[in-house]
Amino acid sequence: MAPPDFRRPFKRAAVSDQQRRRELTLQRQAQSRHDAQQRVRNLASTIISLQSQEPDDAADVVLEPYPEESEAPPKELDIRRASRMRGEQVRNWFARQLMLPEWMIDIPDNLSQDWYVFARPAGKRCFVVASNGTTVSRQRNGSILHCFPSALPNGAKTREPSGPAHSYSILDCIFHEGDQTYYVIDMVCWGGCSYYDCPADFRFYWLNSKLEETGASGPPSYYHKYRFSAVTHEKGLPAAYTDATPYVKDGLLFYNKHAHYQSGNTPLALVWKDAKCSQYVLDTDSTGEVPDQQQKVVLELQEDGNLITSDDPPIIFGRLNSEFIQQLGLHSGNFVRCAINDGGLSFVEGKLEKADLKYIGKCSRGRAFADSYSKVVFQYMARHSPLTYDDLLVAANKPPSDVEMAG
Amino acid sequence: MAMEVTQLLLNAQSIDGSVRKQAEDSLKQFQEHNLPAFLFSLSGELANEDKPADSRKLAGLILKNALDAKEQHRKFELVQRWLMLDATVKSQIKAGLLKTLSSPVPDARSTAAQVIAKVAGIELPQKQWSELIGSLLSNVHQLPPHVKQSTLETLGYLCEEVSPDAVEQDHVNKILTVVVQGMSSSEGNNDVRLAAIRALYNALGFAQANFSNDMERDYIMRVVCEAALSKEEKNRQAAFECLVSIASMYYEKLTPYMNDIFTITAKAVREDVESVALQAIEFWSSICDEEIDILEEYGGDFTGDSDVQCSYFVKQALNVLVPILLETLLKQEEDQDQDEGAWNIAMAGGTCLGLVARAVGDDIVPLVMPFIEENITKPDWRQREAATYAFGSILEGPSPDKLTPIVNVALNFMLSALTKDPNTHVKDTTAWTLGRIFEFLHGSTMDAPIITPENCQQIVTVLLQSMTDVPNVAGKACGALYFLAQGYEDVGPSSPLTPYFQEIVQALLTVTHREDAGECRLRTAAYETLNEVVRCSTDETATLVLQLVPVIMLELHNTLEGQKLSSDEREKQGELQGLLCGCLQVIIQKLGASEQTKYGFMQFADQIMGLFLRVFACKSATVHEEAMLAIGSLAYACGPEFAKYMPEFYKYLEMGLQNFEEYQVCSVTVGVVGDICRALENKVLPYCDGIMTQLLKDLSSNQLHRSVKPPIFSCLGDIALATGQDFEKYLMYAMPMLQSAAELSAHTAGADDEMIDYTNSLRNGILEAYSGILQGFKNSTKIQLLIPYAPHILQFLDSIYMEKDMDDLVMRTAIGVLGDLADTLGSNAGTMIQNSLSSRDFLNECLSSEDGSIKESAEWTKLAITRAISA
Repeated sequence: MAPPDFRRPFKRAAVSDQQRRRELTLQRQAQSRHDAQQRVRNLASTIISLQSQEPDDAADVVLEPYPEESEAPPKELDIRRASRMRGEQVRNWFARQLMLPEWMIDIPDNLSQDWYVFARPAGKRCFVVASNGTTVSRQRNGSILHCFPSALPNGAKTREPSGPAHSYSILDCIFHEGDQTYYVIDMVCWGGCSYYDCPADFRFYWLNSKLEETGASGPPSYYHKYRFSAVTHEKGLPAAYTDATPYVKDGLLFYNKHAHYQSGNTPLALVWKDAKCSQYVLDTDSTGEVPDQQQKVVLELQEDGNLITSDDPPIIFGRLNSEFIQQLGLHSGNFVRCAINDGGLSFVEGKLEKADLKYIGKCSRGRAFADSYSKVVFQYMARHSPLTYDDLLVAANKPPSDVEMAG
Repeated sequence: MAMEVTQLLLNAQSIDGSVRKQAEDSLKQFQEHNLPAFLFSLSGELANEDKPADSRKLAGLILKNALDAKEQHRKFELVQRWLMLDATVKSQIKAGLLKTLSSPVPDARSTAAQVIAKVAGIELPQKQWSELIGSLLSNVHQLPPHVKQSTLETLGYLCEEVSPDAVEQDHVNKILTVVVQGMSSSEGNNDVRLAAIRALYNALGFAQANFSNDMERDYIMRVVCEAALSKEEKNRQAAFECLVSIASMYYEKLTPYMNDIFTITAKAVREDVESVALQAIEFWSSICDEEIDILEEYGGDFTGDSDVQCSYFVKQALNVLVPILLETLLKQEEDQDQDEGAWNIAMAGGTCLGLVARAVGDDIVPLVMPFIEENITKPDWRQREAATYAFGSILEGPSPDKLTPIVNVALNFMLSALTKDPNTHVKDTTAWTLGRIFEFLHGSTMDAPIITPENCQQIVTVLLQSMTDVPNVAGKACGALYFLAQGYEDVGPSSPLTPYFQEIVQALLTVTHREDAGECRLRTAAYETLNEVVRCSTDETATLVLQLVPVIMLELHNTLEGQKLSSDEREKQGELQGLLCGCLQVIIQKLGASEQTKYGFMQFADQIMGLFLRVFACKSATVHEEAMLAIGSLAYACGPEFAKYMPEFYKYLEMGLQNFEEYQVCSVTVGVVGDICRALENKVLPYCDGIMTQLLKDLSSNQLHRSVKPPIFSCLGDIALATGQDFEKYLMYAMPMLQSAAELSAHTAGADDEMIDYTNSLRNGILEAYSGILQGFKNSTKIQLLIPYAPHILQFLDSIYMEKDMDDLVMRTAIGVLGDLADTLGSNAGTMIQNSLSSRDFLNECLSSEDGSIKESAEWTKLAITRAISA
């Protein structure tokens, strides 16, 4: 009989660090594998849930005043395509899900009645997705900003489930570095329920009550790494412009009360800035400096040499001839940087007629979007004949016009 | 030939190396040339009373080694070879062995006993040599004492080798009868009695039925307790070893005997020689182990599973047991902290005290506090050390409410003792106790923090100072710092350690460079602590962590410079490289976790990878594993960028996958393949032919440790998900492999818990592979290729459902596979799925599961099925 070894660990931690590293690695790998598979499945279930809502055509009614936007809901097609994608493509797909405000180049009717206005927090715009016990924020270029536990439903691996097990929530936020807070500007899904197809006033109302309810607006804790704070949507223009906010302001956002959440550029959400409410009125480069007074634009090169904006349908700003394209080794889909020369932009009946562009160079590979038409025009106006706060104030004080909204 | 063998066997034990080598070679040649003759001549040598004892003994040992090996595959081979031997040769060998049991030479008898047990281990499960036990039993009654002794010894070994179900109950009864009779005080010959006690130790596992019979159990227990009071020290030690084993095997049957056992163990701890006292303490440690397990299960989720009731033996004995254990603490040996292998009564007593604290919780505190208060300031170091050790031992178990006020008072004392006590033992135990305080009472889940902004600086200062003390104390100080850092793991954006981060890192690096850092695991402790400090650091110190990268890289670079190392130096170099790769892994994982910090780190990626590749070129298993783990993290951080390293790295990946011997390396490498698939996605395709070949080889190997196989299946899924429909070319290999593994793992009838756990991990791997393949082919034009496999996948799901023994993880994966099947194959599989048991009963069971993630998968699956059948 071999003598049994009864020696027990003495004054020694029971687990070796190497074993710990191994286990942590295995955990990470199992989680990554589960995430990868869940991603494929989640995209699939998004298709399923959106398809079932298809017969509901209320959307068209609301969008009536903007007939050019009401055609073909591209959402469904997009998601179908997304389900076939993996990795990089999935990131790109997520990137395109944010509702991107157009820049305000003229003042919409009924500003005071049909539009919310609020001060936009300065920071990183991102989608915050809480599901499966984790919360992930993705920036507009699709990259992950944070991965953290939160009090959002299913946003942390807590002992008690904080929401229906399968559910996920998606919030449209701006992460404000200064106070490490996610300012929620919109709600897309909550606890498994999709709010894509609800008007903004409904979304904002729910958003406020849900954030309270779950404690997501509470201070950070073990299971809740960052505070979520709803921006005040309904204080009106003067308050949004002048009142102090806990965050650094970066312009004003205008949201149409009746508009549904719509991925991509939309004229139903607008951004406006001046030097008083934003440090970044004029385009800044990566260091935050305004390079020079000359306006630069980023456009996408098409097969036929046209240079287009990111709008859908795109606006053609100019073209490069094929010889030039070949010479520079450019390809269709490349983003190119151009300067607006002294000739400027000329408009006929509010439509772009001609742009005096000068090719500068190719953009870095990190670039995911061309500029939108409204951005280029806003920037142009800011340099020449800006839309001022006083203009807005006048419009806001104008009595409502007689156009009836059907929403 | 026979004459020659004797000489060879003697030469093989020669002190002259070359003579020995030549003899060993000749023996090996003989074995390979003619195995039956070789084994037969060995057994002849062993049985031959005319031969020298030394050659007989070695003959027996070689014979034994020809029947058994540690490695599973080798053992399997040896067993097959024995079974295929000519029956006549075998029976002659066996006859020789049995005859040797009567030899007057003790070594020959003892060796024969071991060989007989090995043969029995092979043959009894095959229903061969059925007369063995009968003939051994008849031996016992008639023969001279030395034969009786060797026969009992054989029975003991036999019980160790053979599994209980290979021996019929009638034989078990008879074996136990002769063993217990041999143990009783009426046995006049002590060699016989000792052999019997030791045989019982092995036979206890056979005694299930007998322990359920009151009369038989009473008898066995009475004889064991009597033996524990025997005049012979060896008898007492062996009897206590039996009691220890009974404590864990038959805990629930012990109540009637506990009074007696308590009396004899208490007496032994206080009065007996150390070898016996250690076993007596171990008895109580085992009882604690049992009660801790029962109470943990009772407190956990599985109330239905635990049919063993806690008898609270420890709680009942507490008032007497604790003082006995406290007494032992004063019996320290000089320099026990420097000796890695030391184990004495003070150490055993303290360990047991710690277990008692875990078993009874708060109740132990008032019993220990007076001892601490009385001794902690005494001039004799033994008293101070014992008091400190007692305190450290009871920190796990009692509630924080109970301990926090005491710790708040003690903390200052401990900090000052760590710097000022003149005795190294006291300092060692003090540093260890501080570590236990931080481990169990410091962290974000504690209501009342014991570390405040006021004392934090002092704690750090004292620990850093202590790191310059002698190696064993410095090592414990590192350990305390480890738990101090760990307690701030979830502290939020700002950590109280941030102001000291730089200083701590510097101090730890200094420790790693101490000349005596090789003693008492000091260097390892310093790096492990550095790892934990980095792991638990916050964004505030991200730049400092980043600055650490080139520092550790330089250290790693320096290890690669040494030329022509001796094997000893090479081993040390390997160890250091392992530590440094481990440290880099932790840093990579930390910095890779967020986009901002990752950006800064990526500037070093090329150089780090270059270093890892050079480390691989040094070839040492543990380094290989550490570097491999680190590369997995690097791939995870780099994403698609990792593709550029693949051309050079690939050969090491392949080597890792081929490393059957060090299966941990293989296992880690399999995990890295998964990381790479997720990082590179489709770009991994050029390497997949090689990887798949290797993985399929691994799966069909019987040399590879079985624990690696489930991750390999999961890895197939990773590859399929990354390569999508390009996985097509592997389907014809992978699918049959999965299919046959699925068939093997579908049923677990008669398996023990460990086997069921393994089967479930295998099922999970297989199912993850199916998921990956199905998802990878989704929306491709080639889903037709998968349709033929669908019936089998469904059948597999149905059969594991029917088996009713899958764990939660398998359940989640399995129901997900059902959804993937519906999602990918759509209407092609609609009817098939609708007709399966899984789509009804199994799905419903998962839908009403209490486990959130199972329910989530099930709900998704339900949607996918609905769509598949309505499409």
